Amino acid sequence: MILRPSRNRKLFDVIMKIVSGLASFIGILFLTWILFEVVRKGAGALNISFFTELTSPAGIAGGVANAIIGTVLITLLAALIGVPAGLFAGVYLSEFGSYSRLGSLVRFSINVMIGVPSIIVGLFVYTILVLPFKHFSGYAGAAALAIIMMPVAARTTEDMLNLVPNSLKESALALGTPRWRTTLGIVFRAAKTGLITGVLLAVARVSGETAPLLFTAMNSQYWPKSLNEPTANLTITIFNYAMSPYADWQEKAWGASLLIMTGVLLLTILARILAKEAKK
Amino acid sequence: MELNPIQKYNRALDYLFKGTAAFFALLIVAVMIGILLQLLENSLPAIHKFGFSFLFSQEWNPVSGKFGAASSIYGTLISTVIAMILAVPLSLVIALFLVELAPPLIGNLVGNAIELLAAIPSIIYGMWGLFVFAPFMEKHIQIPLQEHFGFIPLFQGPPMGIGMLSAGIILALMVLPFVCAVMRDVFRMVPSVVKEASYGMGSTTWEVTRRVTISYGVQGLLGAIILGLGRAIGETMAVTFVIGNSHSISPSLFEAGNTIASTLANEFTEADNPIYLSALVSLGLVLFLITFVIQIIAHFWLKRIRKSMGGGL
Repeated sequence: MILRPSRNRKLFDVIMKIVSGLASFIGILFLTWILFEVVRKGAGALNISFFTELTSPAGIAGGVANAIIGTVLITLLAALIGVPAGLFAGVYLSEFGSYSRLGSLVRFSINVMIGVPSIIVGLFVYTILVLPFKHFSGYAGAAALAIIMMPVAARTTEDMLNLVPNSLKESALALGTPRWRTTLGIVFRAAKTGLITGVLLAVARVSGETAPLLFTAMNSQYWPKSLNEPTANLTITIFNYAMSPYADWQEKAWGASLLIMTGVLLLTILARILAKEAKK
Repeated sequence: MELNPIQKYNRALDYLFKGTAAFFALLIVAVMIGILLQLLENSLPAIHKFGFSFLFSQEWNPVSGKFGAASSIYGTLISTVIAMILAVPLSLVIALFLVELAPPLIGNLVGNAIELLAAIPSIIYGMWGLFVFAPFMEKHIQIPLQEHFGFIPLFQGPPMGIGMLSAGIILALMVLPFVCAVMRDVFRMVPSVVKEASYGMGSTTWEVTRRVTISYGVQGLLGAIILGLGRAIGETMAVTFVIGNSHSISPSLFEAGNTIASTLANEFTEADNPIYLSALVSLGLVLFLITFVIQIIAHFWLKRIRKSMGGGL
């Protein structure tokens, strides 16, 4: 190795330090740029009728209340299906399938499913829940979101349960506590904060999703009476409004963007604060 | 040994508990296989009609019923390549900054901010990309680039703000936090003894980084890149907003293009005949297979590293 003169080496070191600092600055710059623009353009659209009225044709005053309700309903239903399913799958991996062949197959599937693009999940649900019934539905949308949540919840559950010391489990089992009570009553309690974090992150991840709803829940201009029909939701409304040439629709799209972004970021930040608590 | 009723009851519940857990674990496997089978089945009509030429044909004409995936595959690959070219070096230096250079307080702050980038929904990137970033690109990047380097085919074509380059840049922003997070973990796993030994020999921070930290963690860094690749390739909404959605292959980075995901998002609900629908599902199948292969590589690669470096990733 040929050593360059010491001064050049130190200069190069300083330059690289500046470059890495600058790169971090660029990352933060884009983050603030996006947040700033969404707040600036979205704040103007927020008023009472935005939260209380139906979506309306361009040029006529209205709100996005039906889309807000639709998004909440679809996300809640998805969480009701996806979270318990993911929790159980995670329990299987951590309690029963740690070193089994089936366990590693499941773990592999979880990795693949976390990496599958959400639009592909939408496509899959379209073929099993929309094509056979010949109409779009909120149920199909919830199913798509649940499929996206399941592997995420499963992975965090496994990680969190593995953090619980084995001695705790063993003492419970030694006292004669049945397996199911040990897991649900003792291991779950010890891992509570971590599990809540996982659930929040999974919900945050799907509540801003658009692609899986495109061919499942679709959109609607009516109040969601039942989830067995196309259901209004915020993200598809943003997509449709943003792509339209009408200024008032575009403004509402910004308002809805602000709403969804605030919701997702709050959930994420809450989850991260909890995660820090859990580590302590 | 005779079991009393409570023990019997608990034993039954234990079986039920284990059974339920195994059922949901297998459900994830079943969904993965189900996606593959369903996409295959629904793309059969298009596969029968077009055969392998589907992958190589550039034609995409819903009116005459002729479909080829070439322009979508091309767009998917190019936008991903642009994203990775930008995101990988940027994530690398940011991860270095966070682990090696920044004081803990600043490092924490910056790290959190970068991770927030990952929390912003795709559609928000799309809105920002179309209405804020595209006009900026047109005025401050595309037009100047064209003025000075217009003789290069890459920079020819209409500077409209949207197009392949803009899509790639936004994708880069979206995968950056994921790549950066894995790289950060990789750097943290390098034992400080190894680094300190190098410092002790009189190396500067950059020399330690390049010759020790990076070469120690090079496998992990590759894993991070594969994971980022998997994310970029299937990203839908942000790309759909800014890529321009035209079924053409052009050497210019300013020209509108399309990706598999953006074509699905744009055209699926308009598909009014079975062969059109089937062609779109075939596109989805191609995308699924690409991400499937990437995930398999990532899975086994990271597993190997975890074994050799001992946990933490």
